[in-house]
Amino acid sequence: MKGLSLFLGCLVPNRYPGIELATKLCLAKLDIDCTDLPGASCCPAPGVFRSFDRTTWLTLASRNIVLSEQMERDMLTICNGCFSTLADANHSIKEDDSAKEKVNEHLEKIGKEVKGNIDVRHIIEFLYEEYGPEKIASYVERQLDIRVAVHYGCHLIKPTKDRGLGNFERPTFFDELVTALGATSVEYPDKMACCGAGGGVRSSMKDRSLKMTEAKLSRIKEAEVDCIVNSCPFCHMQLDEGQSDIKEQMEIEYEIPVLHYTQLLGLALGFPAEMLGIDTDIEKNKKFMNLLDAGMES
Amino acid sequence: MKDIKEVETGILDELKNTSIDASKCMQCGVCSASCPSGRHTTLNIRKLVRIAGKTTDILSSEELWMCTTCYNCQERCPRNINIVDILLDIRAISVHQGFIHPEHRAVCEMLLEYGHAVPINEKNRKKRVNLGLEELPETVHKYVDGLEEVKSLLASCGFGKLIEHTESGVTEDKT
Repeated sequence: MKGLSLFLGCLVPNRYPGIELATKLCLAKLDIDCTDLPGASCCPAPGVFRSFDRTTWLTLASRNIVLSEQMERDMLTICNGCFSTLADANHSIKEDDSAKEKVNEHLEKIGKEVKGNIDVRHIIEFLYEEYGPEKIASYVERQLDIRVAVHYGCHLIKPTKDRGLGNFERPTFFDELVTALGATSVEYPDKMACCGAGGGVRSSMKDRSLKMTEAKLSRIKEAEVDCIVNSCPFCHMQLDEGQSDIKEQMEIEYEIPVLHYTQLLGLALGFPAEMLGIDTDIEKNKKFMNLLDAGMES
Repeated sequence: MKDIKEVETGILDELKNTSIDASKCMQCGVCSASCPSGRHTTLNIRKLVRIAGKTTDILSSEELWMCTTCYNCQERCPRNINIVDILLDIRAISVHQGFIHPEHRAVCEMLLEYGHAVPINEKNRKKRVNLGLEELPETVHKYVDGLEEVKSLLASCGFGKLIEHTESGVTEDKT
């Protein structure tokens, strides 16, 4: 197996840098060979850019892939959107010679060539396939006795014909990685439903996107969980910031802490919340940390 | 110069080619029943599949942009129609005809200028430093040469010109 390069994308380094740090801390603690990927850009995001112009989308994605090819490393993503773009683009480069040729005509102008000789991985899929829940559990220093609503997000697993991670209706791999940390993954209705952000809907029709988010949050609330755990900073933003927007616009209060899996894993590996970008100045997160601390003392 | 009718026929042919797969549809409605957006918006994905390839009216449809690309419809379609892939191709034709939401145009302008759809801001520079990370991430934000490469590629693909394009078919005066 090749080593990995960490593809940051936009939202993680530019809005949720805590997820970036949490990821780096977790990878180091788990002895995973992963380096920075200097000079990468937006993946570019599938919602708007793929919708607009496939050639532009594929060419920019290929430049990012080339950077990792030059390092002879597979790419590791921590975002479902980046995974969607980079895995799909990588697939096109590997399978479609005419698409590859067309992209390389553009890349030639910057002295680059995409070869199609690496793989694109998502951290959830990578940890499950290469480590597995049992090995992850062996690294846990702090058992997390909490109830978690796992949110897979759409593009981690769909389209299933391209992802190859099995059926999307009732997957378990992400839940297994959560229970490996001592937590309980709580079943809830519409668990596989979209957060509402994707496809450019959040950016151009925010009110409509929030209706989808509210529907999802109401199901999660009924399940009486301590937090939501996701695998995508875009879902993260929609489910987290979305709670403030919903409070303002619809006067419905949810107050459910939202964590990226790397932050939950970081807590279980013994890192303090502050190092993982879990903002404890926010009341709901403070309560969540108090709950964890109480669990440790008992 | 081509007259409007010829242009229209060309676009309709393009839509037909893109939507060939949709002609397998038997209008069973599994797609609409599976659509999270359809529960909360006017998006009726079954109707879009029905008219795909049949009319250029679809190009100005607001519903085209209500899909979150969650792929539920495509996953559950009993005729295995690649519904979302078709929708994305129709969106692209629509954009090339100048139907662009101002918010999407703004996202594109971010990419053109910074190489990121969501670039860094003051608040997050500080957040990074407070966490002990470098102020700028290891992306084109830090590597100017990389940003130049991205800009060259966007120009090579004609992306800037594409997003300046408007419904009337003329390029907006940016002055």
